[in-house]
Amino acid sequence: MKSAVRDAGLSALVALGLFAPLIGLVTENGDHGLELRGRPLAAAAVVVLVFLGRLLMLTRAAHIAPPVVSGPSPAMVRAGRALAPALLVFALVLPFGGSRYYVDLATLVLTYIMLGWGLNVVVGLAGLLDLGYVAFYAVGAYSYALLAVNFGLGFWSCLPLAGILAAFWGVLLGFPVLRLRGDYLAIVTLAFGEIIRIVLNNWVSLTNGPNGITGIPRPTLFGLRFSMDGGEGTFAGFFNMEPETIQRVIFLYYVILGLALLTNWFTLRLRRTPLGRAWEALREDETACRSLGINVTNTKLTAFAIGAMFGGFAGAFFATRQAFISPESFTFIESATVLAIVVLGGLGSQLGVALAAIVMVGGLELLRAFLSFLADQMGSPIFAGIANELPLYRMLIFGLALVVVMVLRPRGMVSTRTPTVLLVARGQG
Amino acid sequence: MAYALQQLINGITLGMIYGLIAVGYTMVYGIIGMINFAHGDIFMIGAFLSLIALLGLASLGITAVPIALALTLIFAAALAALYGWTVERVAYRPLRGSFRLAPLISAIGMSITLQNFVQVSQGARVKPMEALIPGGFQIMEADGFAVRLSAMQIMIVVTTLCVLAIFTWLVTRTPLGRRMRACEQDLRMASLLGIDTDLTISVTFIIGAALAAVAGLLFLLYYGAIDFFIGFIAGVKAFTAAVLGGIGSLPGAVLGGLLIGLIEVFWSAYFSVEYKDVAAFSILIVALIFLPTGILGRAEVEKV
Amino acid sequence: MLSVTGLTMRFGGLKAVDDLSFEARAGEITAVIGPNGAGKTTVFNCITGFYRPSEGGIVLTDAEGARFALDRMPGHRIASRAKVARTFQNIRLFAGMTVLENLLVAQHNVLIRASGFTLLAVLGVGRYRAAEAHGLEKARHWLDRIGLIDRADDPAGALPYGAQRRLEIARAMCIDPVLLCLDEPAAGLNPRETDALNALLLAIRADGCTLLLIEHDMGVVMRISDHIVVLDHGKKIADGTPAEVRADPAVIAAYLGEGDEDEEAA
Repeated sequence: MKSAVRDAGLSALVALGLFAPLIGLVTENGDHGLELRGRPLAAAAVVVLVFLGRLLMLTRAAHIAPPVVSGPSPAMVRAGRALAPALLVFALVLPFGGSRYYVDLATLVLTYIMLGWGLNVVVGLAGLLDLGYVAFYAVGAYSYALLAVNFGLGFWSCLPLAGILAAFWGVLLGFPVLRLRGDYLAIVTLAFGEIIRIVLNNWVSLTNGPNGITGIPRPTLFGLRFSMDGGEGTFAGFFNMEPETIQRVIFLYYVILGLALLTNWFTLRLRRTPLGRAWEALREDETACRSLGINVTNTKLTAFAIGAMFGGFAGAFFATRQAFISPESFTFIESATVLAIVVLGGLGSQLGVALAAIVMVGGLELLRAFLSFLADQMGSPIFAGIANELPLYRMLIFGLALVVVMVLRPRGMVSTRTPTVLLVARGQG
Repeated sequence: MAYALQQLINGITLGMIYGLIAVGYTMVYGIIGMINFAHGDIFMIGAFLSLIALLGLASLGITAVPIALALTLIFAAALAALYGWTVERVAYRPLRGSFRLAPLISAIGMSITLQNFVQVSQGARVKPMEALIPGGFQIMEADGFAVRLSAMQIMIVVTTLCVLAIFTWLVTRTPLGRRMRACEQDLRMASLLGIDTDLTISVTFIIGAALAAVAGLLFLLYYGAIDFFIGFIAGVKAFTAAVLGGIGSLPGAVLGGLLIGLIEVFWSAYFSVEYKDVAAFSILIVALIFLPTGILGRAEVEKV
Repeated sequence: MLSVTGLTMRFGGLKAVDDLSFEARAGEITAVIGPNGAGKTTVFNCITGFYRPSEGGIVLTDAEGARFALDRMPGHRIASRAKVARTFQNIRLFAGMTVLENLLVAQHNVLIRASGFTLLAVLGVGRYRAAEAHGLEKARHWLDRIGLIDRADDPAGALPYGAQRRLEIARAMCIDPVLLCLDEPAAGLNPRETDALNALLLAIRADGCTLLLIEHDMGVVMRISDHIVVLDHGKKIADGTPAEVRADPAVIAAYLGEGDEDEEAA
């Protein structure tokens, strides 16, 4: 106990050094240049928190044996099996129960789930750390936007094109760089993501630069438009309904749900093919793969291209949903968010990715909404303040989560691996 | 000609700053074979610590520039070193021996954390600061163009050279440096020979972070404006410098830094400012593909 | 079968292998032995394409008479075209994947062609199903031979050490090699496992596969090898049958050190 207090005291001392200047003193842009404002209470609070947290960690670790690393219990496995279908049913009926706010939020979550599943092929299965995934998202979005605005092509004809173009860029980048070792690959993809964004920002004649592209057409349902005039050739007109925006919102929701499920189906099938197995083998040991006659570069390239293709699909959807895109939507933060989702979900686990996206994207937004609701009800400025600041903390939480997950559970939240093939069919099923 | 000379001066100044950051990348890579993605953000934190120290000293009435700068340098380097030590202790050390991607992902998480921590605690706006060291000399004038060498540039180059001289002495002439080089050669063997490898790795992070903080201070003085995002771009560029010079090689890091600084400045001067980062990033990709061992690096032999 | 001529490999100023020539004849077990640091693994890495030799040629001639210049082929082609398989000194299994999956990955090139480069397999049409069944059959055959059929669905990394060694050999055999290169297959095995290994290697030879092995365990080498090449400091110092090599004074000197030449080899 005594040593724990001393240890926690040392941690607090370190925290004091770390946080006293950066939290305790704020540089503010005042009237006469920068001014320094003291914020001792906040710094003190953080230091006390570190002290208590460390103390708790040390004393608990002393009392409770470290958690035994073992497989999930049968009950958890059963719950896990039931979870995926339950989520699917929930996703299918959600638009009928929720308001526009929830459908919009669910659409956002599904976009991230789709991106997560796409990146999962690259990072989770093939073990290639791609920090520039947003580049392919951007290629997909801009491909559709430019084709639609300049040539009047529709969403459904552009969707495959957007995917193919993104995959093409994936191959173009991947071909030279996939021979590099893992950490080099990570930084090269990071650089590539930035290059794409800078080019989009500066090639004004093509992309309209930072002002972005507006008036991107919405998708149609078998040729039926979702416009507010309700006339001939519109969804509302065809079904004799009152035209409402919610119809389009729900339609877009089902489009992304369909795309995400397609991604999931395709990935799950791929995993069971020789290619999918080669990806996982590559993740485990590249040298052994080479000794077995597997063309390592080509195999990596397919993972890269297929991951990029899904990123491209998601990008095209993003463009059609927003009807407006600009380079600002394609920063490193997006890549980091998607990576965090994949890592938190457990590299390689489809269900884990979905759960991570729901918690990290949906959960945080719901928490914010709940806090501002509380603030309205109680007139409490504290809750209002937290609610306003919460989005700022999102990336901070993501970053910390990446570190904590790697340190505590390197294989993520859902870390069981299902074999792609079994010799003995497992009895009870 | 005069214009080119001016660019050469600017490029060397900028290159010195990149070189200082690159040393941190190359040291950590040499010793534990990982890219410390958070290193660029340590540089950014060094710049913020410097800014806070300068403002704090001014409010305490210490305005004599040499004293203020010296105190700031010590303050920023010491606290950035504490950040470097903490990052290694919290995010990397527990992962030694974990699976291949784990330290990389943890490092990226640390980078995101530090960046957003500063954004949240210090705000997202650019922090401008008036020039602390005005003045300079006009070296020559030709073709109606005056080539200037500012006092700031002289200070940056002199400070960098002094810091690097101390650092070189530390690595080549002290028992500490010998331990570091032993760990770089063979970590396991070094530990079998009784070297406290954990301690040596910590010291490596501390020194790297302190150098990055010096770079942060110089960056702040040179550009007179910083924000929470500077570490990202500068980090990638400094990493490019480390790769270009030959990762693992300390003189290579400085050489690479100079090259990147010169390329960036000349590119901006003769081609386009908008694409200056694209130039640096493209060099990274090209260097990794065609010159993976860099200019002064040694070839790595794959152990099978 | 395999002919190595004038092979030299330099790392910086160091010559790991110096002007080495030897033959591995078809249907035989050839052992490469030598003290630590003699350059054995380097020779292996040159043969299997992990290193590009500084000088010299490595030519493989298969039963149909096709010739492959291994020193000029990319690593994965050496396995897929020339059909040279290898194992590693420090076992390199796909530890997170099951035993069965390990054996299927080894049949990658056959299966991926049958899967219509993945498209047919994803859609679930065509001949892929039959090809996969055939692949599983081959895997089962090898699992039977190495006695791991009961552990087929366990992660490879969970197997005991000796079983991992056997699995690595089975995995290499799943590419249908004409030449199997084994890097210290007996290292770390207990006597019973060593006997099983000997039997397995002799059975593989009986099936018509040529073997090349690096080994420290002289018991294994002397018992199963048809032909032994002895290296010291990157140079060949002896070449012949086990009996010839055993009696060679140069070999005894290399193993027991200079000056001990009069003493008997253990």
